[in-house]
Amino acid sequence: MFRNQYDTDVTTWSPQGRLFQVEYAMEAVKQGSCTVGLKSDTHVVLATLKRSQSELSSFQRKVFKIDDHLGIAIAGLTGDGRSLCKYMRNECINHRYVYESSMPVGRLVRLVADKAQVCTQRSWKRPYGVGLLVAGVDSQGPHLYSTCPSGNYYEYKAMAIGSRSQAAKTYLEKHFETFPGANLDELVQHSLRALQASLSEGELTDANCSVAVVGKDLSFTVLEDQAVEPYITALKEDEPMQAEAEAAPEGGEAPEAPPAAEAAAAEGDERREDEGPAPMEAD
Amino acid sequence: MLPRPTTHSKALGPGVAGPELAVATSAVLDRPPQPGAHLPLSGAQPCAVDPATLADPRQHTKYPYVTGTSVMAIKYKDGVLVGCDTLGAYGSTKRYKNTQRIYHVNSKCVVAAGGEISDFQYITNLLDELTTDDYRTDDGIELTPQEVHSYLCRVMYNRRNKFDPLWNSLVVGGVQEGKPFLGMIGMIGTHYTDSHVTTGFANQLARPLFRERQQDDMSEEEALKLMYDALRVCYYRDKVSINKFQIAKVTKDGGVSISEPFALDMRWDYKLFAQPTKWAVGAW
Repeated sequence: MFRNQYDTDVTTWSPQGRLFQVEYAMEAVKQGSCTVGLKSDTHVVLATLKRSQSELSSFQRKVFKIDDHLGIAIAGLTGDGRSLCKYMRNECINHRYVYESSMPVGRLVRLVADKAQVCTQRSWKRPYGVGLLVAGVDSQGPHLYSTCPSGNYYEYKAMAIGSRSQAAKTYLEKHFETFPGANLDELVQHSLRALQASLSEGELTDANCSVAVVGKDLSFTVLEDQAVEPYITALKEDEPMQAEAEAAPEGGEAPEAPPAAEAAAAEGDERREDEGPAPMEAD
Repeated sequence: MLPRPTTHSKALGPGVAGPELAVATSAVLDRPPQPGAHLPLSGAQPCAVDPATLADPRQHTKYPYVTGTSVMAIKYKDGVLVGCDTLGAYGSTKRYKNTQRIYHVNSKCVVAAGGEISDFQYITNLLDELTTDDYRTDDGIELTPQEVHSYLCRVMYNRRNKFDPLWNSLVVGGVQEGKPFLGMIGMIGTHYTDSHVTTGFANQLARPLFRERQQDDMSEEEALKLMYDALRVCYYRDKVSINKFQIAKVTKDGGVSISEPFALDMRWDYKLFAQPTKWAVGAW
């Protein structure tokens, strides 16, 4: 980024009315690996790409369960993410102790956003360098929120944050109208396809991606490694069908249920050799 | 419950729990004489001050002063009914005849209390803060009766742990996710939920009626009739009650409505009331 004379301090405004330190903190979020969230009328799904430091190390955790009805995926500084995760868990459990009920998602997100805002208005603090996608269900239905270091938060139907998230957002923008009525499997497929769009090289494997789901009757569950494997397999089988759908002038809905296309399996194997994501990436 | 010491002070009358002034304890009797201890340091006209309080003015709640008597509540088909009288008694004196002992929390919930009225006012203040916060947040979410019940239970238990209880028996009534909800909390944090709850004398007087006649699918008419009978019994047999009642109704579709105070017809011409000892053993 560019350096200028107004970016030393978080409590210094620029003449254009910008707080550069806060904006730089938001850059840290963009450096984190891609995280995708989307919701239907009944469920919310988070999908994340995990990075590993080296071949010897494990993949960094990105999804954290906050409470039975609520969880987050982080993008950015993992240490800051862990700290916020601890704060959120504390608030949720205190709420449960006093009220014996689950904390409304929007209120918890507001507490986190207020906490982040404080750090943008004290000269002895620095902004949090992490963006959260908060997925939860409460008495008003399923929710997906996104918070950022500036203290802003919005509710979304679908959202992606992190590096190369624009490609994932493009996929989501194309398909979000089909999300409300989709069932859980379809939602997970959509999230993985969106995630795949943000991959520049390599491909989704059960080691480098994790998925989390939550619904009214479904406690927040993280699917990793073996649990996410069936979805990845289904995704790969789907790719030839997907390419045909994209080629059609309509473009509209992506193929719903992953078909056991035995005939296409051979074609799929060949496709696996290709560079990463589906043809729509070219947009 | 803790036994309430009675005083034989002529000033207060028999059978009344009064402040410590009326009871001579060893703390007062065995002390060396302090001629000016009861006089204000400022030299102003003395008023009656308990000498023991000059040592430590702070005290924990020991007795209630202005009290409400029983509260009774039942579930019925459409929601809940909560009934009580409107008396704030000062010992045996029927002093405040206009106290509303039912508090409207939000569109789904009411809280009613027996026991110390000032403590109940404090509790309604706390609930007011919570509902104001919900209003300010403006996200369409308000406290459910079950959450109010859990919250009050925590408050009462915490105070009990400090040996400074809020001297109340609370009834929480409302509609929770379309279904009627009734809960009770005692002054030491004991709590439960049930299809009918009672506090104070109603435990002994109204509960048998409720056990016999209350059903979760009662119609409103039947429920009102049962409530009137229970209120009547409590007035007949509770010395510290008046014939002026309020009933709160909370329903799924109608929200909360607290009735204007009303009186029930009573009969005092029963022969046994008129001449209670006529057939007693040994009477002539």
